[in-house]
Amino acid sequence: MNPLYVARARTDKIIRFLCLSAAAFGLIWLGLILFTLISKGFAGLSLAVFTEMTPPPGSKSGGLANAIMGSIMMTLIGVGVGTPIGMLAGTYLAEYGRHEKLSFYVRFINDILLSAPSIVIGLFIYGAVVVPMGGFSGFAGSLALAVIVIPVVVRTTEDMLLLVPNQLREAASALGLPRSLVIRRIAYTAARTGLITGILLATARVAGETAPLLFTALSNQFWNVNLMKTMANLPVTINNFVQSPYDYWRQLAWTGALLITLAVLALNIIARLLGTERKSK
Amino acid sequence: MTDMSVPAMTDRTKPLDRARALAAFKLGDSTFYWLTRASALIVLCLLGGIIISLIVGAWPAIKTFGLEFLVTRRWAPQLSPSPVLGALGPLYGTVVTSLIAMLIAVPVGIGIAIFLTEFCPPMLRRPVGVAIELLAGIPSIIYGMWGFFVLAPFMTEHFMPAVIATFAHVPVLNVIFAGPPSYLSLFNASLVLAIMILPFITAISRDVFQTVPPMLKESAYGLGCTTWEVVKNVVIPFTRAGVIGGIMLALGRALGETMAVTFIIGNSFQISGSIFSPGTTISAAIASEFAEASGVHMSALILLGLLLFVLTFFVLAAARLMLARLQQQQGK
Repeated sequence: MNPLYVARARTDKIIRFLCLSAAAFGLIWLGLILFTLISKGFAGLSLAVFTEMTPPPGSKSGGLANAIMGSIMMTLIGVGVGTPIGMLAGTYLAEYGRHEKLSFYVRFINDILLSAPSIVIGLFIYGAVVVPMGGFSGFAGSLALAVIVIPVVVRTTEDMLLLVPNQLREAASALGLPRSLVIRRIAYTAARTGLITGILLATARVAGETAPLLFTALSNQFWNVNLMKTMANLPVTINNFVQSPYDYWRQLAWTGALLITLAVLALNIIARLLGTERKSK
Repeated sequence: MTDMSVPAMTDRTKPLDRARALAAFKLGDSTFYWLTRASALIVLCLLGGIIISLIVGAWPAIKTFGLEFLVTRRWAPQLSPSPVLGALGPLYGTVVTSLIAMLIAVPVGIGIAIFLTEFCPPMLRRPVGVAIELLAGIPSIIYGMWGFFVLAPFMTEHFMPAVIATFAHVPVLNVIFAGPPSYLSLFNASLVLAIMILPFITAISRDVFQTVPPMLKESAYGLGCTTWEVVKNVVIPFTRAGVIGGIMLALGRALGETMAVTFIIGNSFQISGSIFSPGTTISAAIASEFAEASGVHMSALILLGLLLFVLTFFVLAAARLMLARLQQQQGK
């Protein structure tokens, strides 16, 4: 055979092997992380985790009940505040201002906010909310999460509305519906599953955010549902417990990490299932 | 009589109702329009708000240290009468950890993406792709924790001593890989960062590779190209802007990442030539010192945050421009 062919086939094989080993290398690390998380996390899973408060130093009993509650509250409020703003802004980009100069800038800035370092968002809320209000609070934590939710929702709303065929809008307009009703009744309905997917993804994104809560919501050793006080939450609790010298605290940190990961994965999977359902229709 | 009055009534009220309904429509229409427009403006204001709030917070430090801040190596917040604070240590740590992480994650991530789009048996393509996307969604604190409890001890006990011994007598390399091995080190932090951004790079590169029209690839195969030649000569040139954009997005993430590095970087403001020694990054410094800081120390930490934001802003802006170029190319 022509030696050139042999050489080319050999290069192809080598590259094929390299790509395969890259895939194996990457997947092994990621598999190891999941394995450790599951084996260590499940070891500490018990009813007490959901019913008892975070333990004081040195204690051998206690759970994460207040942290779980705080995380759920702040995530829901953050998503609740961020979603309407994000959806309306996304609607402007996709429906009213599709070709306007303003949309160009908003889109660009939104893309930057989408991947801005979350610790900077924490600093922003510290300066804009915590200092004027005179103290750390669950409210400030929720706002920090809302700032992270907004760009995610803007992005998905715009993308999903752009997928709605224009003929639908034109048909509705021809029947005499005003523009705002065309958008709310027709475009939103047509894009509904996509919009829900976006909100779920945004929830998954903020559920595990730690850095923006470190100096906004801080943490709290006790049960607290008052938004104006510091509020316990899973990520910051994990952060504090990982660096502690107590074995029981470290064990709780793993359990908390497992809970967050399971919640985030569940949200992602539901979002994905909704997405495929839409495509198959 | 009643029969007559009914049409008469509707005739009288119809124009009135119509006008009222139209007015309500008009009001609802313009309210909705302004709501959406205001929300779009809120997004712009968020960026402005972030910048203004950081500048206000950092102002005392800017006034005290000025441009010196950027080139000062010392970080002594407790020094009396006036603390000496400089950004050089965290800046160095941020750049070094991100660079090492990119050096590891970019080739591997793109390799996996090529594997997924070109070499992978179609049966495995979806499950592996989905697994990688799910992994990209795992919160970074999980990676940080795993690095702290599992990776750092392993690397420090098994990998580092071997590397230090191997390069002990090679000039330059014996400085970069100088001992003693430490749990808390730039290298361990970079490795965790690399593992964290790996799924991210893979997911973006795969999406970008999938934009190559099958016709182009099939033509190259028709000419007798091997798979690698198709990748090298068709796929990569076609998607270059997109891949670079994706890499820069990942770089933006690596630069600003906090929780994956804070536990294992050591929070040391020293600058050492060895990547096996402790260091700090901007975000790790803020995360570990902000709670106890006050006065000019706190202000200096906010100034660090401002520097980080400016740095990532330019990286991300460049990334977005690159990705936009790919979209334009597709539009052609």
